[in-house]
Amino acid sequence: MTDRPDFQKMSCPLPLMDHDSIQLAHGAGGLLSADLIDKLIMPRFASPELEMLEDQAVLTLPPGRVAFSTDTFVVSPIFFPGGDIGDLAINGTVNDVAMSGADVSALSVGFVLEEGLPMADFHRILCSMETAAARAGVRIVTGDTKVVGKGSCDGIFINTSGLGVIPEGLNLSAASMAPGDAVILSGTLADHGMAVMTVREGLSFQSTVSSDTAALNGLIKTILAAGPGTRTLRDPTRGGAATTLNEFAKASKVGIKLDEGALSVRPDVAGACEILGIDPLYVANEGKLIAIVPAAEKEAVLAAMRGHEYGQEAAIIGEVVADHPGLVAMKTTFGAERIVDMPVGEQLPRIC
Amino acid sequence: MKYLDEFRDPQLAKGLLEEIKRAVTGPWVIMEICGGQTHSIMRYGIDQLLPPEITLVHGPGCPVCVTPLETIDRALAIAARPDVIFTSFGDMLRVPGSSDDLFRVKSRGGDVRMVYSPLEAVKMARENPDREVVFLAVGFETTAPGNAMAIKQAAAEGLTNFSEIVSHVLVPPAMEAILSSPACRVQGFLAAGHVCTIMGWDEYEPIAAKYRVPIVPTGFEPVDILEGILKTVQLLENGQPGVENQYLRVVSAEGNPAARAVVDEIYTVCDRKWRGIGMIPGSGLMIRDEMAAFDAEKKFKVEGIVTEEPEICISGEILQGLKKPHECPAFGKECTPTSPLGATMVSSEGACAAYHKYSRKGLL
Repeated sequence: MTDRPDFQKMSCPLPLMDHDSIQLAHGAGGLLSADLIDKLIMPRFASPELEMLEDQAVLTLPPGRVAFSTDTFVVSPIFFPGGDIGDLAINGTVNDVAMSGADVSALSVGFVLEEGLPMADFHRILCSMETAAARAGVRIVTGDTKVVGKGSCDGIFINTSGLGVIPEGLNLSAASMAPGDAVILSGTLADHGMAVMTVREGLSFQSTVSSDTAALNGLIKTILAAGPGTRTLRDPTRGGAATTLNEFAKASKVGIKLDEGALSVRPDVAGACEILGIDPLYVANEGKLIAIVPAAEKEAVLAAMRGHEYGQEAAIIGEVVADHPGLVAMKTTFGAERIVDMPVGEQLPRIC
Repeated sequence: MKYLDEFRDPQLAKGLLEEIKRAVTGPWVIMEICGGQTHSIMRYGIDQLLPPEITLVHGPGCPVCVTPLETIDRALAIAARPDVIFTSFGDMLRVPGSSDDLFRVKSRGGDVRMVYSPLEAVKMARENPDREVVFLAVGFETTAPGNAMAIKQAAAEGLTNFSEIVSHVLVPPAMEAILSSPACRVQGFLAAGHVCTIMGWDEYEPIAAKYRVPIVPTGFEPVDILEGILKTVQLLENGQPGVENQYLRVVSAEGNPAARAVVDEIYTVCDRKWRGIGMIPGSGLMIRDEMAAFDAEKKFKVEGIVTEEPEICISGEILQGLKKPHECPAFGKECTPTSPLGATMVSSEGACAAYHKYSRKGLL
């Protein structure tokens, strides 16, 4: 990208509105709805398709298979260090589509707003969505806004769907892994999950942990250029890296052997995990991916990833093996071996 | 991270393992008391690295595991009341009672909230004068001072809408119960470092003398645990019962007198049921009569709820170091972390849960 905008300088002043918070009438389809769309939403999401203001976006796509994904974002709190529910909703769906290798082109956005949501908060979220979409190079082509009564949702919920065309000949699949393949992680573990957890109500220690939310479609292009034989890509969100790796091992009926010493966790994130008794392998990431790459291409992919802003700390964290099919094992820093299991449910802070 | 990395240093660990191998003639059975230590042992694979002369067995020190079914059932009854804000540490929320858990009560509309400190529950009581705020006070001597402080604070503020369900347990009576059992095979203990931080290590000297066993207050990082094992092995090999402190950076002989004073002011020693083991005399703490206004079981009249433990699992034998998790026929089959049959599988700190998570025998 040569004409990339300077995101730091983007300004986003709140337009003058008649109400300082969302009213039920903002979702009723009348004048107030039109006001909200015209003054607040459209200036942030301008795209030729959206400006048609039809009931649907009509897209012309290049030939090929289409990857299509949807995700709904309900994170609490809606603002957290390093991001908010808005950029998370853009990046999350961009990443889900991009993990297929598709060229992500268009997104839909659906808002469920709670009556009383401060207009300034909604505007701030819209601005961060605009910035995230611009960074990812995707257009928002259709959308919807509903308002529900006080107490019916938690401030704001956002659904985003996205689609993109997969380049000819590319067929990434979690079922295609083979013994000898390298497991590459694009950076540090657990940043997003711990950023959210440390600011949730009730946890009063000071923390500098910041979410890693980022769109990885650029990094994926880099990976696929350096490693055309790449087997599969996935972003380890809910359930963390341990869950993604277990899914991989089961899908390909292979074992995965991790090297504990190769995993990296930022010191502040590690500290928060220690205090709460939580294992970073099971904590959500929103700007990381795991790539399974044939041994012959691993060094080239690793070097390419490290040259990209979202892959600077990429590392080979393990290997696909023929032993223990369906299981993930880890060589501990002490030289012993243990299972890395699927989590049972949400990780809960321990008593002591 | 300072104070952590050096206690996870593979080179230091390697040196300690060599020393253990040189010192041991064995065979010795050593019990680590605390579930946090069990977790570290399994997570770092320490059990795989020790010489075959040393067998580690896992102790009763998981507060979630040993909280009796009855207490959970009483907590569930209180949490379901519409006038109650029910507060608990996170890992108690998933522990099943007879037919329910706190998460399910929450999903049916119960106001169940996770807190990180009992003082947060006191704050909720202050901010919600028209609601009853109840805290589920479980744990060993480690969490008792904070939980006692919550009542002290509520009393000082004149709050009448705060109360606790108290199911505190004490380590020394459980150690005596294990040592006095005819089937006991434990020859030395790694005592729980955090419990000793509060209570001091001198309360273990009478036990060490009476039963002629070495007791080594030990920390939770892998280097701590290896050093604790080394000290225990040296004491065993030299025929030296007694207490030797490994956790020097935290534990002193007298512990934390201020914390103990708060505990004594609010709680008093009582007999206590342990899930999977049964009644152990003098092994628990309850709210003193003069503080009865803060006793949720009395306040909400749930003392009539009495639950018998199902006799389908061997967690009692595991908690006493008589058996290992994978020696149970139900382990990993009928009994898993998603559908636990008993105490040691219900909490992530339980020995069965740690084995299930890190080392299902035969799978690797």
